[in-house]
Amino acid sequence: MLTWLPLIPGLPLAGSAIIAIFYRALGRGGVQLVGVASVGLAALLALAVGQAFAAYPQAEVVQGLWTWMAADGLEVRMQLHLDALAMTMVAVVTGVGLLIHLYAAEYMGQDEGIARFFAYMNLFVAAMLILVLAGDLLLLYLGWEGVGLCSFLLIGFWYREPANADAARKAFIMTRLGDAAMAVGLLLLFTELGTLEIQGLLAAARASWAEGGPLATAAAFLLLAGAVGKSAQLPLQTWLPDAMAGPTPVSALIHAATMVTAGVYLIARLHGLFELAPAAQTAVAVLGAVTLLLAAGSALFQRDIKRVLAYSTMSQIGYMFLGLGVGAWSAAIFHLTSHAFFKALLFLSAGAVILGLQGEHDIHRMGGLRRAMPVTFVAFLIGATSLASVPLVTAGFYSKEAILAQAWTGASGIPWLWLAGLLGALMTAVYSFRVVFLVFFGEGRSQTGPGPGWRMATPMAVLALLSLAGALLRPDLTEVLGTGQGRHATGPAVAASVLSLLGILAAYWLFLRRRDTVNRLAAAPGAGLAASGWGFDRLYARLIVAPFVALARLNRHDVIDRPYLGIAWLTRQLHRDLSLTQTGQLRWYAASVAAGAVVVAAIALRLWA
Amino acid sequence: MAEIPLHHALLLAGGLFALGLIGVMVRRNLIFMLLSLELLLNGGGLALIAAGARWGDPSGQAMFIFVLALAAAEVAVALALVLQLQRRTGDVDVDRLGEMRD
Repeated sequence: MLTWLPLIPGLPLAGSAIIAIFYRALGRGGVQLVGVASVGLAALLALAVGQAFAAYPQAEVVQGLWTWMAADGLEVRMQLHLDALAMTMVAVVTGVGLLIHLYAAEYMGQDEGIARFFAYMNLFVAAMLILVLAGDLLLLYLGWEGVGLCSFLLIGFWYREPANADAARKAFIMTRLGDAAMAVGLLLLFTELGTLEIQGLLAAARASWAEGGPLATAAAFLLLAGAVGKSAQLPLQTWLPDAMAGPTPVSALIHAATMVTAGVYLIARLHGLFELAPAAQTAVAVLGAVTLLLAAGSALFQRDIKRVLAYSTMSQIGYMFLGLGVGAWSAAIFHLTSHAFFKALLFLSAGAVILGLQGEHDIHRMGGLRRAMPVTFVAFLIGATSLASVPLVTAGFYSKEAILAQAWTGASGIPWLWLAGLLGALMTAVYSFRVVFLVFFGEGRSQTGPGPGWRMATPMAVLALLSLAGALLRPDLTEVLGTGQGRHATGPAVAASVLSLLGILAAYWLFLRRRDTVNRLAAAPGAGLAASGWGFDRLYARLIVAPFVALARLNRHDVIDRPYLGIAWLTRQLHRDLSLTQTGQLRWYAASVAAGAVVVAAIALRLWA
Repeated sequence: MAEIPLHHALLLAGGLFALGLIGVMVRRNLIFMLLSLELLLNGGGLALIAAGARWGDPSGQAMFIFVLALAAAEVAVALALVLQLQRRTGDVDVDRLGEMRD
């Protein structure tokens, strides 16, 4: 069974190709069938491979396919590497990806670009699977860039709206900044260690680099920049809220299964390198903590239901970075999986709300939907409780607890990181239940359309189940990532639970009982700043975009080209002047020859006399 | 036999050369241009012979033989061209030949 491994990324890739080539013959139904079935088969295959892998005696399976390129000293092999970490990611990507595809088949059923949509979605899943299965950093980078490309294509899916195209470009350019740094990091690793094969590279790094050495630190920081760009962490986070311009299933896919989790995966995959660079690892934790607080603050003030979820993703990925930074590798991946479940659920039910309200995004214009849309309400409520990590019954509670426990007790844990996580937990509870209370409670304010059909309801039901019971599926990653340093501590867990419940109570009190207080708070001077994502967009526009545009305007006529254009102009001018002497008059030519001879003779006489 | 001084011979040669050059440059009739060219060549040849006689060196005369051969070849080609010109334009005016100018 394990030899079928290449088919897992291969099936969605083939699905994408089939849709792209035969979409006319397939028709609307055929496109949906191929699009969902390719990911579905990949998910089934992943299940079978997972079974076989569990029974496999070794901790990892390496499957070389062919040599991609070979040059002096560099040999890059198309090589898939399966271990518990990769298996977890494959399961999440194919499983959640399948549910989202099924949902999208109904959600996008009437869209005229459905073939394009499913071709991109399948390619997206394929790229992500290549990323997580890559045994070589260059192959990983291929998947990494494929994910970036597909996110660009899908965020700008409705490209006729200029704002959507802008959002797509922004996502592409912002992540590109990180990717460029990551490419430099890969080059550094290759020149220093002579290989890009992940396991060999980690072994070589451990053998030749001392802990805290300058090269290890530089490489870790460069890779961190790539991870920060993809995972929308400070300071490259501004693309994620705008990425909501894409269709809702795309947002779900980007946030839950693919794309933003890539950075977390990269750091976990290369944790051996980050352990050699304590400074970079501390930076991971600090960036995560700061991002989680800032994003949670912004999420409190958003009016667009999808933007709330976007900021909550940034915040939750911040938790994962915090976990990675304090060495809670497997807890971070655990949170990644439960986040994938509940965030996909939240996006899918938000999509159902938006579809039901004919495209309404503003939560202040919704209300009382719990009677009109009971299924969606239950689904969203479960997602929100898991996001808010309501104790004991949700998957989000166990995974967040694991991170916070290690931030509290871990050897490299710093108490104030734990405090940041705790404060973030409170804010998370408030903003997630703010949406619940505003959208589903209170008086009804808007008409509703038809409810979700079975293809939308089934994924929501499955994800709801996983959001609650997903903790039972906690992957055992000790063979890959080590045991982690944290122990279970009761005190911090109780504190976080109490804060989470307090946050829900606060949201209830603020958004259902005392709306006037909220309105006064929303008018406070800091609120606008928080709602705009703390002004990072304006800062970058001032600091980077404006100088760049000014430079472009200055250089509109290509200063560098001037000398070369001048040479061309001079040549042409000389040609024009000299061609005047070509008159076609034989006698004129004879006279010129004679005059020339006289001049030459005169010069010769002068020189030799 | 009284010697002709080199000086005189060179003057004559120069005169012939100048006449030939002026002829080439001012005549429009191709046949007259060829005649002038002959004069020009003969001017040069006379200078060679005179110089050869002055220094008692036979190579001056040898060079003149080459000049004659050159002149004969030149005339053979040139007359063919003149014939073509006459056939195409019905005239031997060189100023009519300007088709290949830029």
